[in-house]
Amino acid sequence: MNLFEYQGKELYKKFSIPTPKSTFIKSKSELQSDHGLSYPLVVKAQVQVGGRGKAGGIKVANNDAELDQFIDDILGMDIKGHLVESLLIEEASEIISEYYISFTLDRSEKKYLMMLSSKGGMDIEEVAENSPDDLIKHYISPSVGLDDSDIEHAITNAKLDFAYKDQLIEIISKLYSLFADNDCDLVEVNPLAITSKGVSALDSKVSLDVNAEYRHEEFKEFEKDIPIPESEKFAKSKGLNFIKLDGSVGIIGNGAGLVMSTLDVVVEHGGKAANFLDIGGGAKAETVTAALEVLETEDDVKSVLINIFGGITRCDLVAEGIVEATKGKELKWPITVRLDGTNSKEGLEILENNKNEKITISESMDEAAQIAVQAGQ
Amino acid sequence: MSILINEDTKVVVQGLTGEQGKFHALRNRDYGTQVVAGTRPGKGGEKVEGIPIFNTVKDAIEATGANTALTFVPPAFAKDAVLEAGDAGCDLIVCITEGIPAKDEAKMYDLLKTNTNAKLLGPNCPGLISPGKSNVGIMPHEITQEGNVGVVSRSGTLTYQAVHELTRINIGQSTCIGIGGDPVPGMSFIDVLEGFQLDSQTEAIVMIGEIGGSAEEEAAEYIKNHVTKPVVSYIAGVTAPPGKKMGHAGAIVSGNKGTASAKIEALTKAGVNVVKNPTKIGQAIRDVI
Repeated sequence: MNLFEYQGKELYKKFSIPTPKSTFIKSKSELQSDHGLSYPLVVKAQVQVGGRGKAGGIKVANNDAELDQFIDDILGMDIKGHLVESLLIEEASEIISEYYISFTLDRSEKKYLMMLSSKGGMDIEEVAENSPDDLIKHYISPSVGLDDSDIEHAITNAKLDFAYKDQLIEIISKLYSLFADNDCDLVEVNPLAITSKGVSALDSKVSLDVNAEYRHEEFKEFEKDIPIPESEKFAKSKGLNFIKLDGSVGIIGNGAGLVMSTLDVVVEHGGKAANFLDIGGGAKAETVTAALEVLETEDDVKSVLINIFGGITRCDLVAEGIVEATKGKELKWPITVRLDGTNSKEGLEILENNKNEKITISESMDEAAQIAVQAGQ
Repeated sequence: MSILINEDTKVVVQGLTGEQGKFHALRNRDYGTQVVAGTRPGKGGEKVEGIPIFNTVKDAIEATGANTALTFVPPAFAKDAVLEAGDAGCDLIVCITEGIPAKDEAKMYDLLKTNTNAKLLGPNCPGLISPGKSNVGIMPHEITQEGNVGVVSRSGTLTYQAVHELTRINIGQSTCIGIGGDPVPGMSFIDVLEGFQLDSQTEAIVMIGEIGGSAEEEAAEYIKNHVTKPVVSYIAGVTAPPGKKMGHAGAIVSGNKGTASAKIEALTKAGVNVVKNPTKIGQAIRDVI
């Protein structure tokens, strides 16, 4: 789950990581006249897309009139398809140097990776491409962690200003704690700046590991403020993994790999998937019923393909779910069903005993995809 | 020979008293797997359908000689369960649990590697089966058949699909293995490929990958240099739009890293026959054996 800048900075504050003094607003009326901030102020669009500065989503106001003007300008702006619904207004910093730092998991090394560069404030992928020696990589063993001498070593290698060594070590150590102890998939600060008031995190990019939601109350609070399509919200509440796509064949399957493969095979037969919907492992009948309900809310769907290969998922329960969702109903679209694997015989029997003229059963994934594509044309 | 498990494998099931654990452990036993014990703290001394329950894996090993752990415990407790199995001396730990936080996975892998010799398969994987010998996990054994093709995959359900395509044209399997799609899997494609290359029963290999990460590219490099047996591959997610996270923590494409086309290119260059549709896997293997 990717956080907005202001949400990331809320976490920074919790971990005593210095950030500029700021206020967050969703409308102009929320701005207190005695906000207590000193000009110049930076007005920053809160959107989850890169390049907002170039798009006019970041402006520096020197007085009340300018602040007023920029709030009006930026709120409601469309930045690369993202509507600006909120702003972070923060005190501008006098920047002496700009650095880059991030913590993430390196999947090939199976270790945490800290990346540090003296060339902050710009596109870090360009730095990695054009002057790779300026990007220091330090691997961290997850069971050992990162200590101050590791950080000092990295600061030296990255040629950061040694006059600020102690402050840098402190802030980097806190960023690591946030990453490692607060279940973040990514913590990135660009720029991490040396300012006239000391070291400060001027931007924040934080991504949270949703699998760890159960042990972090605040994850749910953040989630409430992140806009996602209604259908995805509904699917999530039912324990389904749903992503809206732009085709017309509704897809329900079990296991991300099989569902992705189903999307590919639908394309091979000349169709296009309307969605990705994974009912997960060990789905119950009501999970399948809910999956069909999700597709009913989608106007673009013309035909539905259910592709199940049971392992931990039992085909008999899937069949019960299909029957439950369709029995005695006028179906909006034809459904093609393919069931294989655990208890598939029982599942097919259930469907056979509860015949519905709009449901076609197919024995192979390839054929099922073909039928579903044709049925939607 | 098969790899990792055989007739002599003795399994202790962590979480045998749960619904999923019980359902699949009994299926494994019905298949002929030696499911010798289960664990559940506080329930030691009880039995599930004749299988004795112990409080700890250590107790289970001492009493039954179990050498392989099969883990179904919920995500919040999975790390500790896997480490317990490793400390108790299990040679192989098969972790089925889905939804473990990435930090727990990273620590679990690190500690297991540092402190034990145990091999970890998963988490978030379907386990493995050596047809005719042993099934440890949740794979539907009905679709398998004993034979000479090794199957390895990141995706559970696609493993079944691949196995099914082989069996329906009467091509059997030596061992079928799902390594899982999580950010920090225990055994990698390379670990399994090495096993298949050394295994006398295995004549050809099916490797199923998907978008995201770089495991397939690393496997391609390994195949080029170390695998002489024919390899057929399929990569899922060719049409997945970039930037969308599709379920598996692994299946995410950012930028041009980890795309299906990059993986297909690397594998093709390594001499692997990459098929475009999983239903073509059977025929592709038939062509090489």
